[in-house]
Amino acid sequence: MSEDDERQQSPPSDLEFVSNKARNCNATGSGSGHPEFQSTYPDQVLENVLENVLHFLTSRRDRNAASLVCKSWYRVEALTRSELFIGNCYAVSPGRATARFTRVKALHLKGKPRFADFNLMPPDWGAHFNPWALAMAKAYPWLEKVHLKRMSVTDDDLATLAELFLGFKELVLVCCDGFGTSGLAIFVSKCRQLKVLDLIESEVSDDETDWISCFPEGESNLESLIFDCVECHINFEALDRLVARSPSLKKLKLNRYVSIGQLYRLMVRAPQLTHLGTGSFSPSDIAGQGDQEPDYVAAFAACRSLVCLSGFREIIPDYLPAIYPVCANLTSLNFSYANITAEQLKPIISKCHKLQTFWVLDSICDEGLQAVAATCKDLRELRVFPVDPREDNDGPVSEVGLQAISEGCRKLQSILYFCQRMTNAAVIAMSKNCPDLVVFRLCIMGRHRPDPVTGEPMDDGFGAIVMNCKKLTRLAVSGLLTDKAFDYIGRHGKLVRTLSVAFAGDSDMALKYVLEGCPQLQKLEIRDSPFGDAALRSGLHHYYNMRFLWMSSCRLTRHGCQEIARAMPRLVVEVIRSADEEEMDDVVGTLYMYRSLEGPRTDAPKFVTIL
Amino acid sequence: MVFEKDLNLDATELRLGLPGSSEESLRISNKRALPDMNDDSGVAAAKKCDQETAPPTKAQVVGWPPIRSYRKNSLQTKKTEAETGGMYVKVSMDGAPYLRKIDLKVYKGYPELFKALEDMFKFKVGKYSEREGYNGSEFVPTYEDKDGDWMLVGDVPWEMFINACKRLRIVRGSEARGLGCVV
Repeated sequence: MSEDDERQQSPPSDLEFVSNKARNCNATGSGSGHPEFQSTYPDQVLENVLENVLHFLTSRRDRNAASLVCKSWYRVEALTRSELFIGNCYAVSPGRATARFTRVKALHLKGKPRFADFNLMPPDWGAHFNPWALAMAKAYPWLEKVHLKRMSVTDDDLATLAELFLGFKELVLVCCDGFGTSGLAIFVSKCRQLKVLDLIESEVSDDETDWISCFPEGESNLESLIFDCVECHINFEALDRLVARSPSLKKLKLNRYVSIGQLYRLMVRAPQLTHLGTGSFSPSDIAGQGDQEPDYVAAFAACRSLVCLSGFREIIPDYLPAIYPVCANLTSLNFSYANITAEQLKPIISKCHKLQTFWVLDSICDEGLQAVAATCKDLRELRVFPVDPREDNDGPVSEVGLQAISEGCRKLQSILYFCQRMTNAAVIAMSKNCPDLVVFRLCIMGRHRPDPVTGEPMDDGFGAIVMNCKKLTRLAVSGLLTDKAFDYIGRHGKLVRTLSVAFAGDSDMALKYVLEGCPQLQKLEIRDSPFGDAALRSGLHHYYNMRFLWMSSCRLTRHGCQEIARAMPRLVVEVIRSADEEEMDDVVGTLYMYRSLEGPRTDAPKFVTIL
Repeated sequence: MVFEKDLNLDATELRLGLPGSSEESLRISNKRALPDMNDDSGVAAAKKCDQETAPPTKAQVVGWPPIRSYRKNSLQTKKTEAETGGMYVKVSMDGAPYLRKIDLKVYKGYPELFKALEDMFKFKVGKYSEREGYNGSEFVPTYEDKDGDWMLVGDVPWEMFINACKRLRIVRGSEARGLGCVV
């Protein structure tokens, strides 16, 4: 394959020689009699040393920097990189990646852009894992770990992983789809060394296969089994037996088809758990009235190592007190599927002094948030989701809750807050009280909503965030916003890497401010905002430094996007049509563009036009 | 009325939906879809309103607020499959190791159903004739009706079929001989 402009070429024998050297510490360099090496022997020793040193470098940013030092460092870094992260599966081909990095043990791949989660992209757009699976089967038969996000994975791919990688240990699928329980069945039955199977927010089709029964008999190496997103009944007896023969199991997250009675039995089997997803947290329908209820409190009390609790998918709040014994140790609590009130929350949260991560529904109201602020002084991450995600309701949480959190939780680093009303004052207060904020995502659900107290746009609030939160790298804005807000972001958001914009701004200037002002910008996702071709042009100097740009329902035209495509050959410019659009419309529905070494992809569906 | 056909009342009827779509074809994205949230037909109208007027409209907008549909659906009170209006039947095929499930309401008629089955199980249905059934096809679609009888798919009108069908089974052509068309 031709990689002329991307790699300084070294003959393949060079690579082999170096790797032999590394394995064989006593090698004297007399190996193949290759003339080049006899004259550069000291350099080989240096490379050997370098290789041993670079093994300790784990951060991929450090490794990227190291690989740019010189040819020799590039080569050695490529040999020693064991964990390969690819942020956009279309930025580089499997072939190119496997050619450069020859000793990879773990692969981390991301596919679709985030807005695909919100039905803004037709299904079958792409991000297929299959070509990667096949390439890795040839290049890395020793592969142990695969972590995928927003990729399309088929049952066949799962079979490939289990059959062709004998030492495979860890599979993590986040927001993936395309496979079902039959794929899971094949995977678990053949993957004998499996330690981790984490299915997180993925769509798993119900093929009516009892996959839990397919885990091989005998002691299992399982350390983590997460399947709370799997929307099918499971064979509980098989699960019970599996947990019983998994002495290393630390993380177990059940789906909503597991009743609280069944949860009890599993907890008794596995008191060593550190992470527990409780399943439905309500009794099954069949439970009789007179049946003796198990001692749930005792079961929780026995789990002395429990630090992360989630689930509560169909919670009956009467059972909540069962978790009191673990509250004091909890660092992470996810109530985001539990429709509970402030009164129900208070006795729990008042015990959670060590809590660092808290996800919750707005059913707890501002009052519940005040209770959180009063106790959780160590809180780092807060997410407040809406019970009723529609635009025109009176929301149960507001600026009052945000203000309280900002005053009580000074160490806050990350917040996602859905609400119906918010004031600039509260946002400004948070910007001053929580200087460690790295992630600030505020979603005022009513589009174009101004500050309800002053009637002003929300410019000043977000302005304060970018000015005062010096570590901010991720920002999502909402509410009524003029170009001024974006001027602030461009001026002060110097570390911002991810920006999400919806229904905001007045003119092209807004986008210009951001593209010209934010040098660290990597991911920009915009919808329904009045930005046109001129604004798009203002980012030409920066697009090669970005992972992607998404713009849907803006004011782009086809020939404007074409201009960008012509000016930047290494950019893939995709125009995605929705069902009711004609192919030759000049107005662009959705633009998704990203840098890539490969040029236009060959698997694009009919509704995607690559300019 | 004699003139109903000429008046073409269907075409001029006021309802939500793109021209050419019928009421039955709600896009069912998953088992617990909220019709008013995921309904495609409201989108075109909402999008256009959005770009003309700044203040929020009452129409729902696709993908707003940005909550993943999994989360949206999970917060609904527990619904049985019947309540969501889907008509799910199991589909098995001789020789295939696993069952599938399909929602009959998604299809408008036999051609669409057959296309879906062909895609799912990778086979060809072949031509159907009233007298000879699916003569010459390697695989033949059959269904179990409310009385427990196994019938050939295609012998009764579509509406009747989807109400009567309890499950589908794609059998080898040789075994389908003798399955009568019971009216």
